[in-house]
Amino acid sequence: MILPLLDIRDLTFRVRDQKILDRLNLSIYPREIHALLGANGSGKTTLAYLLMGCEGYVPVAGTVTLEGADLLSLKMHERAKLGLTLAWQEPARFEGITVREYLTLGRSEAHPEPMLVQVGLDPARYLNRRVDKALSGGERHRIELASVLSMKPTLAILDEPAAGIDMLSINHIIDIIHALRAAGGSVLLITHQEEVALIADRASQLCAGRIIFSGSPREAVDHFRGRTCVRCDGEVCNYVRP
Amino acid sequence: MSDLDDLRRTLPMVGAEPSILDDTSIAHVVAHGHHILSGRTVPGLHVEMEETPDAIVGKLIVEAGVQIAQPIHMCFGLAHPTEVQQINIDVQICEGAQARMLSHCLFPLARAAEHRMQAVMEIGSGASLTYTEGHYHGPHGGMQVLPHATIKIGKGARYFSDFSLLSGSVGNLDIDYLVEVEEEGIAELSAKIFAHKTDHITLKEAVMLRGERSRSLIKTRVVLEDQAQADIVGITEAYAKGARGHVDCMEIVQDRAHASAIPIVRVFHPEAKVTHEAAIGTVDKKELETLMARGLTPERAVEIIVSGILR
Repeated sequence: MILPLLDIRDLTFRVRDQKILDRLNLSIYPREIHALLGANGSGKTTLAYLLMGCEGYVPVAGTVTLEGADLLSLKMHERAKLGLTLAWQEPARFEGITVREYLTLGRSEAHPEPMLVQVGLDPARYLNRRVDKALSGGERHRIELASVLSMKPTLAILDEPAAGIDMLSINHIIDIIHALRAAGGSVLLITHQEEVALIADRASQLCAGRIIFSGSPREAVDHFRGRTCVRCDGEVCNYVRP
Repeated sequence: MSDLDDLRRTLPMVGAEPSILDDTSIAHVVAHGHHILSGRTVPGLHVEMEETPDAIVGKLIVEAGVQIAQPIHMCFGLAHPTEVQQINIDVQICEGAQARMLSHCLFPLARAAEHRMQAVMEIGSGASLTYTEGHYHGPHGGMQVLPHATIKIGKGARYFSDFSLLSGSVGNLDIDYLVEVEEEGIAELSAKIFAHKTDHITLKEAVMLRGERSRSLIKTRVVLEDQAQADIVGITEAYAKGARGHVDCMEIVQDRAHASAIPIVRVFHPEAKVTHEAAIGTVDKKELETLMARGLTPERAVEIIVSGILR
């Protein structure tokens, strides 16, 4: 029996009186690419922040374990030391910090060049550039993914990794996701893009803070597109009625 | 050990090699208090420095059309805890000339000392001056440091300045620069300051865009910790068609430090434009969390963000 890498049980998170995550259950297995689908506001990014331990994201109930370790009792950098990391939907910009420095943070032995090549950026052009406002959104996204790749994470949470990426470059993003798995890691892939979701091994749908469907990516995409949500009857997640 | 040796020894603290003072292809002036300890010039550069009881008074002139290949090093400092240094200097970069000046201000042991600089700089038509001023102060604070300058930038001329105070505790720093820019001239003023303990930083930079298509940028980065205080004023006034200016101020406040930033922009011509942005506060949360999500402790993450801002 294969034990889950990440195991989320009855996770509940509230903002004031509103339940953002409501007894959410989800398991991600070793070397699995798991897509998370859901309408805007369904709780996908909240789940990502909560798993990573971002400030202000503390659940009121539930448990989360990563390789058996209680994740919720750990600080953010301690979770990262366990092998968890997050690529933000809109990555931060850093004044003065070069791409080379960003890709080798805390790891002087790291070699950033192959990471840049893997995300389709020329190291000669980018290594000495700064991770600041001068980069386009797409460039910044790719550098973020290169940074995640350089960590060799056990579990990478990628929040909309293909946002702002041109159509021709989507394959680089898909290659990165495969590379994360090839390096032994798992990926929780939050995406609205069908072609990206379909590379996953499994997919789940989130609605109003709870997983309402888990299955193959094709089933999940079809469900998301074509069926009434059994949880909210279309009131929250805007699923199209058949 | 002589005062010259003391100052030489401190040069690496501002990123300069002591051997620059021995290189015959590099112009320099070294002054301790009101005494000139060493000097050298190069072809195309005239340096006249005079010791007086109250100040060092001097002129530095780069001849028209001359490009000084190596930076001109000005090394001013005090090697003792309580002294006064007043520098009055006129700098002329004549028409079409190009020069880089590196001013090293070294106060390793100062406790109740005073360093005043009164400078007038004229950058002639088509000329260019890059002026870098680096300060090194010991841990004691208690100094009065007052660099004041008036800079006139001629038609099509360029002036780039970079002031940095990144280590030690200064005491009271009061910078006051006034820059006048003529037609198609460019002024870029950058200041990077890390203040500690009870340091008090006052930084006033005013740029007057007098000429058509003149341009300017005032960029200030200040990080404060302990009980340090900073009051930053960036003024840009545009008087002519096509003039463009921008004021960009960021202050990071930690511990019990406090800061103010006042960007003042005035436009006196309908085809001129001046913009500004100012941010004061703690380290950006998203930047911090991004680095922590890569495994860095909060303390190390703050260090990296601050060092990037001050770079």
